[in-house]
Amino acid sequence: MSRIFPYPVMTLGLFVMWIALAGATPGHTVLALIVSTGSALTLKALGEKSTRVKRVGAIVTLARVVFVDILRSNYDVARLILFGKRLDRKSGFMTVPIRLKNPSSLAVLSIVLTSTPGTAWLDYNAAQGTLIIHVFDLKDESHWLDLISNRYERLLLEIFE
Amino acid sequence: MSVVILTVAVWFSQIILALAMMLVAYRLFIGPRAQDRILALDMLYVCAMLQLLVFGVRTGNAIFFEAALIIGMLGFVATVSLAKFLMRGEVIE
Amino acid sequence: MTVDLVEYPLWAAILVSSFLVIGSLLTLIGAIGIVRLKSFYDRIHAPTLATSWGTGGMAVGSMIFFLVGGGRPLVHELLLAAFVTITTPVTLMMLGRAAIYRDRSSARPGIPPLGRRVELNLSEKPSEGELS
Repeated sequence: MSRIFPYPVMTLGLFVMWIALAGATPGHTVLALIVSTGSALTLKALGEKSTRVKRVGAIVTLARVVFVDILRSNYDVARLILFGKRLDRKSGFMTVPIRLKNPSSLAVLSIVLTSTPGTAWLDYNAAQGTLIIHVFDLKDESHWLDLISNRYERLLLEIFE
Repeated sequence: MSVVILTVAVWFSQIILALAMMLVAYRLFIGPRAQDRILALDMLYVCAMLQLLVFGVRTGNAIFFEAALIIGMLGFVATVSLAKFLMRGEVIE
Repeated sequence: MTVDLVEYPLWAAILVSSFLVIGSLLTLIGAIGIVRLKSFYDRIHAPTLATSWGTGGMAVGSMIFFLVGGGRPLVHELLLAAFVTITTPVTLMMLGRAAIYRDRSSARPGIPPLGRRVELNLSEKPSEGELS
């Protein structure tokens, strides 16, 4: 089974996406099957490791936390852009030590940090486990350190590692 | 009543998006450096995609949504290859 | 294919309109940010306004519009939102790294090195300057 479908979730996702976009005719079902299994086998040939999710429940928590944070930081950044001259704002680079090692959890963290307005992921150093981010409103460095390590990293450690 | 509200909202968001595209195009022209222009180009792609989304709501035609998807993908590939070009000075290594 | 606007319920119209207006206004604020902010590393935060809740708001508005009115499946908006969310970090990260690389090779002050840990002087901001 795992020889034909090395990445079941990705295969299923591609299949569903194809059907949803092209319509559930018999021809498209066959084509979707070929494309989804073919791309999964290609990925396997490239030697990509599959990821195991440890706790599915934590994903929901993470999604909720990120949703709220994106809403709030949207408001913050919009306010700073519009009235930034009057508000005292200082931006800058920041080095953050992180414990995550798994590529999937690092990818999720980069998506979370960058799609939240106000923080942008710039570089990750695997040897030292540090991360360089640029912060739009760097008034309080400990606030951002606390946000990353206690809010996101803890949940990601639960999910992946 | 709902016809008026929806028509006004759709027109309003299209005008606002057009305004955003003009502002971004201004940054695309003044630069000052290459990465600023690429960032503005990426934002221009996003605005065009949203503009097509509003067109889709206005006409109810699914073809606009497919066009929006394609614009989004093209914008991603274009920006990544341009950023790659800035990094090393060549796209294909 | 088209939605009947005359019979369209008022609450849904208000909801759809407010989502569309919020999404477009956030995109406009992002565009204003791109024009107004002074340094490149500040400007890199502006498009995320458009890609997070600008796109999200408009996709949700469009989804509610067609969910209430009927007419077509909602796959495109979902795919669009997911795709934009996943790709924006990649583009911004590559652009930011390219900018750092270029700034370091032209020896600007206050730019962190790639792949090596240093203590940063946070009061120093990268300055805007010559064309390159």
